[in-house]
Amino acid sequence: MWYALHGELAGQRFTCIAIALDSGGPAKTEQWIRAAKPTYPCLIDERHLTAELYGVVNVPMGVWIDETGRIVRPAETAATSDAFRRHLDRTTKQMSAEGLAERERVRAAYLSALRDWAARGPASPYALSEEQARQRLPVSSEAHARAAASFRLGQYLSSRGHGQAAAPFLADARRLHPESWSYRRQTWELEEPGKAGSAEFWAAVDALGDRPYYPPARLSR
Amino acid sequence: MSVTILYQAHPPHPSAAVTEGEDLWVPTSELPVASGWELRPEGACRGDVCVPIPRDRRGEFLREGPARFNLAALARLLGEPVIHEDVHGVWSFGESAAARRSGTPSLQAPDFALPDLAGHVHRLAEYRGRKVFLVFWASW
Repeated sequence: MWYALHGELAGQRFTCIAIALDSGGPAKTEQWIRAAKPTYPCLIDERHLTAELYGVVNVPMGVWIDETGRIVRPAETAATSDAFRRHLDRTTKQMSAEGLAERERVRAAYLSALRDWAARGPASPYALSEEQARQRLPVSSEAHARAAASFRLGQYLSSRGHGQAAAPFLADARRLHPESWSYRRQTWELEEPGKAGSAEFWAAVDALGDRPYYPPARLSR
Repeated sequence: MSVTILYQAHPPHPSAAVTEGEDLWVPTSELPVASGWELRPEGACRGDVCVPIPRDRRGEFLREGPARFNLAALARLLGEPVIHEDVHGVWSFGESAAARRSGTPSLQAPDFALPDLAGHVHRLAEYRGRKVFLVFWASW
């Protein structure tokens, strides 16, 4: 998806930068990156440093930054929705026709907004004003800051093969930043490969009730 | 036992630091590589920011013979989280939340340096002058 977009918009002084929030590093991300055959940078963030910097709590999320380095759209859900919660068969992994249609609609709307900004810059209604952007900046807290330090400690120990020692620090990251699905799923994956998509994951999603897994990007002005 | 210091975005640093409970006494010669901090007459400095060492509490921060600096005490002074694991001797230092909550939060996109598949490091700053769409994804 992003490969085609980048090619299309490259002439407009626009670049995609894909960041994998992935402690699995090159081993886990290589097949996806190579399949994409990207002409834009695909970077690997094993320690989730940029998640902390930009307030990213799930994937996929997007951040728009203008030519001066100013954030024009802070971190938000990028081109996807909660359609999977209602329309995905958890056994067959097939999405219903209604779900596919909703997913396509959300995707098209986001890409359309991105194209509009790439072409028109600040004249685009999708480029937020400084005041609007500031209102949407993710708010950090001491608990979140501690979660990040704990995650990094757990991730380091895990990378060194000390899974048992890592466990309490990975659990603390989840506890201190419960809204972060990226910490939740990444730490689960470090503890037990496959756990990020397990029954426990679905139970956690269902426990959201009416709250969104993917809060929709608010594209209308 | 050698201590491993994980200081914010810095790579893991094997250190000859000495641990005492919640204190981490780092040889002052190691400070810049481990954390980016260095000691100057003005205090502990990083880039163009200097933090004066509280005069009546110098003993909490500085030791001689050999010269050591209590990096954990500095972190606490700055409201930065410090977490340590004592079996493997790993100390993790985080960023302060307060720094990002003060007054009018900045809209300047924070810089970062990350490798691609080939190991080549890219910084966001290299892309100044273009519109950048950062998209976050994962294999999980």
